[in-house]
Amino acid sequence: MAKGKYGEYGGQFIPETLMNAVLEVENAYEHYKNDPDFMKELDDLLANYAGRPSLLYYADKMTKDLGGAKIYLKREDLNHTGSHKINNVMGQVLLAKKMGKTRVIAETGAGQHGVATATVAALMGLECEIYMGKEDTDRQALNVFRMELLGAKVHAVTSGTQTLKDAVNETMREWTSRMEDTYYVLGSVMGPHPFPMIVRDFQKIIGKEIKSQILEEEGKLPDAIIACVGGGSNAMGAFYEFISDTTVRLIGCEAAGLGVDHPKNAATMANGRVGIFHGMKSYFCQDEYGQIAPVYSISAGLDYPGIGPEHAMLSDTGRADYVPVTDEEAVDAFEYLSRMEGIIPAIESAHAVAYVRKLAPTMEKDKIIVINISGRGDKDVAAIARYKGVKIYE
Amino acid sequence: MSRIAEVFSSGKAFIPFVTAGDPNLLITEQLILAMEQAGADLIELGIPFSDPVAEGIVIQKADARALASNTTTDKIFDMVAKVRKKTNIPLAFMTYMNPIFAYGSELFISKAAECGIDAVIVPDLPFEEKGELDSICKSYEVDLISLIAPTSRERISTIAGDADGFIYCVSSLGVTGVRSEITTDIGEMISYVKEVKDIPCAIGFGISTPEQAKNMSQYGDGVIVGSAIVKIVEQYGQDSIKPVYEYVKQMKAALEK
Repeated sequence: MAKGKYGEYGGQFIPETLMNAVLEVENAYEHYKNDPDFMKELDDLLANYAGRPSLLYYADKMTKDLGGAKIYLKREDLNHTGSHKINNVMGQVLLAKKMGKTRVIAETGAGQHGVATATVAALMGLECEIYMGKEDTDRQALNVFRMELLGAKVHAVTSGTQTLKDAVNETMREWTSRMEDTYYVLGSVMGPHPFPMIVRDFQKIIGKEIKSQILEEEGKLPDAIIACVGGGSNAMGAFYEFISDTTVRLIGCEAAGLGVDHPKNAATMANGRVGIFHGMKSYFCQDEYGQIAPVYSISAGLDYPGIGPEHAMLSDTGRADYVPVTDEEAVDAFEYLSRMEGIIPAIESAHAVAYVRKLAPTMEKDKIIVINISGRGDKDVAAIARYKGVKIYE
Repeated sequence: MSRIAEVFSSGKAFIPFVTAGDPNLLITEQLILAMEQAGADLIELGIPFSDPVAEGIVIQKADARALASNTTTDKIFDMVAKVRKKTNIPLAFMTYMNPIFAYGSELFISKAAECGIDAVIVPDLPFEEKGELDSICKSYEVDLISLIAPTSRERISTIAGDADGFIYCVSSLGVTGVRSEITTDIGEMISYVKEVKDIPCAIGFGISTPEQAKNMSQYGDGVIVGSAIVKIVEQYGQDSIKPVYEYVKQMKAALEK
């Protein structure tokens, strides 16, 4: 496959001004990924700072309640900063530091990637600025304060739909104006090459751990791995190790908002077409003239009109399936997992839980499902209360 | 000689940019004719995009206004075909990859050629990715314009060696927009181009005053001005024909001094 391509997808569709900066990242990554000292430093940070490996927990009550396949939860919510985002950020910020950069910038949707970036920047002594859609700074106010507490400057992006895609636009614009000392920590398996590859490589630890943990526990591979998909980093991280294990179904759950046929949704695979945007060829929600659609989801982290190029390829080849999950189903699952297992998942991860509530009962009891609980739901409590019309003091 | 080659054959070229459909396509058509009368040598027409990542706030807002007035790629083709009957001025489309790809790249370029477009500028299509669109452009005799930036350095000779029409020299880091000062060594950038190929170089990004235009023109073969004109359109809307005419006339005069 050509460099940076996943089938026909991927590529480097960015302004010429950024090309050398992107090539510099690519060269640095190709060097450091083969540097045992770099990898040792990263592994040490992941173990002793981020808290890896994360648990693979057997959800006994949920399994019995649904009455079908055995359900395991991969507890990425237990990582430091509360989501899988730290895996990628740890790798990229360490890379930035090795490259001699003194400042990192990043986009964020729900705020989880921004919080992780602010955290690792604080740890490594780098300046940090985060771009976040104005609508998201409102619905995830707690995460804005967390980032500021960690020493980051948060810019509320007021252009376009004021959500994740606009935050990406603005971070790209900022990087175009300042590359010399600045590294763009892209938060998902998207954007121009080498980012989809780098983010996938730093996230694939999720699937590696799942494989060794489930083999230890059950002595066999799982039958299905379920993860939510926005840009798709936690899903790619969970799937990647299993791509050649064709007995393992890989299922990504995308945000269908008010319904997959309702105008307000963010289900890229269900409703999108192939396009070229944000540096990559992939699927995007767009109109007939290629204008990017103003998507919607209750989940700020899944509220994105595109999907990473490797997911586009996995979908085309049929290796992975992508299914839509509505706001309502996700909120129900958010409450369900909280009460059933005492685990409050991120509203993003709740999309995966929602699908498993439908899938598990259709499978035999000796089958195994792993759900990637990509993050914890503390950040969402206020928004869920609002959704349910409950007035709480925020 | 092609229309693009003629642009640079007599003196320094002045290349204004407007977003098609801002505030509507009737005004865009009149702006094209007025800018030609005022001395423009080539006109860049922006096809609005929902997410123009290379643009500063002025052109972002123009794109939003154009889309809000229901401007579409098809309506722009119709407008260009109409205006082409009234003028022979070279015209270039400036837009992003997705509007071209979504239309069907070959269909887009063939229609552009048919309605009288001479060149296309695609800011999110770097050298590494241009192959497919470039071969379509060549078969329809539309120039795919290459961009070089202050960060391009050793890439310049590769890009220039394979360039058609003219080279768009990005004067500054960052996105489009008016700048009080341009600090890049443009002369050096352009000398790298000329070492490889005898191709005209037009300088854009940040230029707004006659003094800047005059100053930049000593390095290149032409100057491109976008945001400063789009600001006038933003301010005067339907009544922007005359002020844009006056502005272009003043800028062209500065280049002829």
